Amino acid sequence: MDAVLQVNDLAVHFLTPEGTVYAVNGISFSLDNSETLAVVGESGCGKSVTMLSILGLVPIPPGKIVKGNAMYQEMDLLHSTEAQLELIRGKEISMIFQDPMTSLNPVLTIKKQITESLQRHMGLDMEKATQQAIALLNQVGLSDAQQRLNDYPHQFSGGMRQRVMIAMALACMPRILIADEPTTALDVTIQAQIVELVIALRDRLGMAMIWITHDLGVVAGLADRVIVMYGGCIVEEAPVTQVYENPRHPYTMALLAALPRADLRRNQRLKSIPGAPPTLHAELRGCPFAPRCDFAIDHCWSENPSLQTTPSEHKIACWVDVQTGKAR
Amino acid sequence: MTSTAETVDSRELPVPTRSIVDELDTPPLSISQLTWRRFKRHKMALAGTIMLVFLVLYAIAGSFFYTEAYSNYTETGTRLQAPSIEHPFGTDTIGRDILSRTIYGGQISLLIGLTAVLVETIVGVFLGSIAGYYGGKLDSLIMRFTEAMLNIPQIFLLIVMAKFFSGKLPNITFLGRTFSGSVVVIVFIIGLTSWMYLARIVRADFLSIKENEYILAARATGTPGYQIIFGHILPNAIAPIIVTATLSVANAILSEAYISFLGMGVQPPTATWGNMLEGAYNYIETAPWLWVFPGLLILLTVLSINFIGDGLRDALDPRSRAV
Amino acid sequence: MTRYIIRRLLQAIPLLFIISIVLFILMDSIGDPLATMGGRKVTRTEDRERLTRQLGLDKPIYVQYLYWLIGNDWAKTDMDGDGIAETPGLRKGILRGDFGTSLVNRGKSVLDVIGDRLPNTLLLMVVSELIIIIGALAVGIYSALRQYSLIDNIVTTVSFIFYSMPIFFIALLSMYIFSVNFKKWGLPYLPTVGMFDPEVGKTTAQLLLHMVLPVLSLSLISLAGYSRYIRSTMLEVLSQDYIRTARSKGLRYGYIIFTHALKNASLPIVTVVGLDLPLLLGGALVTERIFAWPGMGRLFLDHVSRGDTPVVMGILMLISVAVVIFQLITDITYAWLDPRIRYD
Repeated sequence: MDAVLQVNDLAVHFLTPEGTVYAVNGISFSLDNSETLAVVGESGCGKSVTMLSILGLVPIPPGKIVKGNAMYQEMDLLHSTEAQLELIRGKEISMIFQDPMTSLNPVLTIKKQITESLQRHMGLDMEKATQQAIALLNQVGLSDAQQRLNDYPHQFSGGMRQRVMIAMALACMPRILIADEPTTALDVTIQAQIVELVIALRDRLGMAMIWITHDLGVVAGLADRVIVMYGGCIVEEAPVTQVYENPRHPYTMALLAALPRADLRRNQRLKSIPGAPPTLHAELRGCPFAPRCDFAIDHCWSENPSLQTTPSEHKIACWVDVQTGKAR
Repeated sequence: MTSTAETVDSRELPVPTRSIVDELDTPPLSISQLTWRRFKRHKMALAGTIMLVFLVLYAIAGSFFYTEAYSNYTETGTRLQAPSIEHPFGTDTIGRDILSRTIYGGQISLLIGLTAVLVETIVGVFLGSIAGYYGGKLDSLIMRFTEAMLNIPQIFLLIVMAKFFSGKLPNITFLGRTFSGSVVVIVFIIGLTSWMYLARIVRADFLSIKENEYILAARATGTPGYQIIFGHILPNAIAPIIVTATLSVANAILSEAYISFLGMGVQPPTATWGNMLEGAYNYIETAPWLWVFPGLLILLTVLSINFIGDGLRDALDPRSRAV
Repeated sequence: MTRYIIRRLLQAIPLLFIISIVLFILMDSIGDPLATMGGRKVTRTEDRERLTRQLGLDKPIYVQYLYWLIGNDWAKTDMDGDGIAETPGLRKGILRGDFGTSLVNRGKSVLDVIGDRLPNTLLLMVVSELIIIIGALAVGIYSALRQYSLIDNIVTTVSFIFYSMPIFFIALLSMYIFSVNFKKWGLPYLPTVGMFDPEVGKTTAQLLLHMVLPVLSLSLISLAGYSRYIRSTMLEVLSQDYIRTARSKGLRYGYIIFTHALKNASLPIVTVVGLDLPLLLGGALVTERIFAWPGMGRLFLDHVSRGDTPVVMGILMLISVAVVIFQLITDITYAWLDPRIRYD
């Protein structure tokens, strides 16, 4: 399967009054046709910024794409004009966001917010676009779509708003859907529904998907491959089963160990990762995870390991072999 | 004539969309450090402070160079003279030196600005706090009254009240100068027609602070109402009060200038920047210095206060957008 | 939506009553209509007593307020001083449109006096308001889109300066430049007095020409202030998540500005513009005085200085009613623009 999206050596900085923030530090990954890639990491690790830069949605200034390219169908998204990007967004690559309340325009009806993409990218007239909008809302599980078309976002519950967002994003049947923590702001039961819905739609449309989350629990039933990010770098990349059964990076291992499990004994403490995530205010020197790593050796502090491929499609950026405890 | 707009420091970079900001950590700073840094970044506020200090010095120190008697000394022979070495700002319609009049006029204008705001702050904070704290019928009553007053344009009220009180108060002596009674009148009527904005802001703050737990705790331990208001709530609501009061000084100076210009404010011979402009439009072709200098002084004073007020607002209340 | 309108209307009525009470108390304290009623001569005691009864000044204040509000032609006044009330009064009260007669313009009803001048002021104010709104929107949006450019910085500074100027300074300055100096330099210059040149007559061209300077003075300050406000509002709206969503859908940027952003930005703008009316009226006072424009502002000043209380109070009442109505329109417009308000 060939890659529908290929990101190479992307680095993004932010120039703030308090100094430069090194948000993304040279990452590369690819996305295959009809593949679902999960991007996992804590808040501040650069996962959102990466995806926003691909679509050109990072405000510049204060943001700055320092290097790298993002190839979609022979077009470098990072070096395209706004006009060119406008044709890609919503039509070829769509995005849904974390907070559906603030991500929907409060003063426009959802009919307007759905039909505007259809009119823009598919050239439909209002009547056809409205019919299509109703069909879309039905697909995402809003049964009384006809009546609710003229309602405003604040008249919907959180879960329903997210469904509306999904309908909006899929209206023009994009080839790639980027989902930035779409279930984080929702109740747990609603989360499960939304995930199921997205899986069903993805299968029906044959889309490739990038799902950003900090919750490893969601990833298992959803993704084909997983990327783990930390401190603006990719630290591990592997097929999903490998990540759960055979994590090779100390951070991934710690994340898995920190998951609350039903089979823990009663007085066993939850394992947390000591320390705090890096503030990204200084230029990267050494491995970003070194301060909190149980396996850190001297080399970890002086040089940032690059992502190396091991047999079985498992990529790892670490100087230490966690199985033996010795340097690679 | 209220500040309705907000400025954005041209050297400040825009805040990126929220989810990115959440992901970026910034090194922690104490509140006063943050406040001072924001204020300093706001170089306009700094410029405003310097300008204001300069203007105040001009009004005060100037009295060492010219006496008040000189500023009121009329000599029809020298009327309407263009600026010269002897009279750097020229002379007015009855031969008085304009430079010295702007000095003494400045004292009055600035004094009126400050004291009117004092009156306005006392009334506004008082009404706003009891309305916000006690709520209920009292709140309704006060708010209705406030709204009613807000709906009557200030300048009309000022004119009517000025006319009514004119000539009714005697001259007073203060800090070595004799003021016509109209000065006190003006201070009060400006104060009594400007308190509404402050009252509304204070009330809104009180309504939200009142719900905090430490207030409930104070009430539970039997702390009397006025102590809660002054000791607990007011210190927390002080930021918008300071900002509003600062900007109100500019408004008060402008209000005084407007009614004095219309001839209903401070009466001659006591000079204010406003009444020096009265009738100047009759001489627009022949004597522009009559209005240029006092007008410029008013402009510079109001401008510097606006700068300072904006800087204060950014520093103390970064999320506010004044209406 | 209709329910909201009705609710706001019902709230406005007690407000108008309170305003009328405040104004009435004011009027009662300042006016001594008897002093000027008798003309230059000192009024004789009998005349004074007669006038007192006729004007109802011997009644308690709340009765006077009642008469002022709904007239006294339904009550009897004691006209001949015998202690028995027998003659019905002549006043209909302001609720029925009777604002009394002017003390200065003998016998002319207050409404007539005001009505003569009102259209002139309206002309100035409507034109100014239009210029303010359109100008501030244009400048504010442009500045927001070109943030940090040289033009933005210049506009911000200039706005700040204009915004801090007293209106008479702008008026005098513009007079000085565009009238006095243009004349001196041989350029066509703008007139500064009145509504039209009496030799040419009241033509539209004359009106427009004479309106330039007054309207300029009236609108410049508010335009400067609002353009800054619109700029910062637009900037705040543009940083919202839903704008990012709109961009992620590949919609055209111009479309996003005008459909997504502006509609949200217009909410606070409508509120602020709605508050502008009192300021505009105040500015009209000064402007009319300087440019000798025969409007309500000048009327007010003239009649205040001559103690014509009925006219003064009539103007005050009308202005306050106008402000309340304007506020109502603003609130309704706001509710129309922001669906979240309506459905509360």
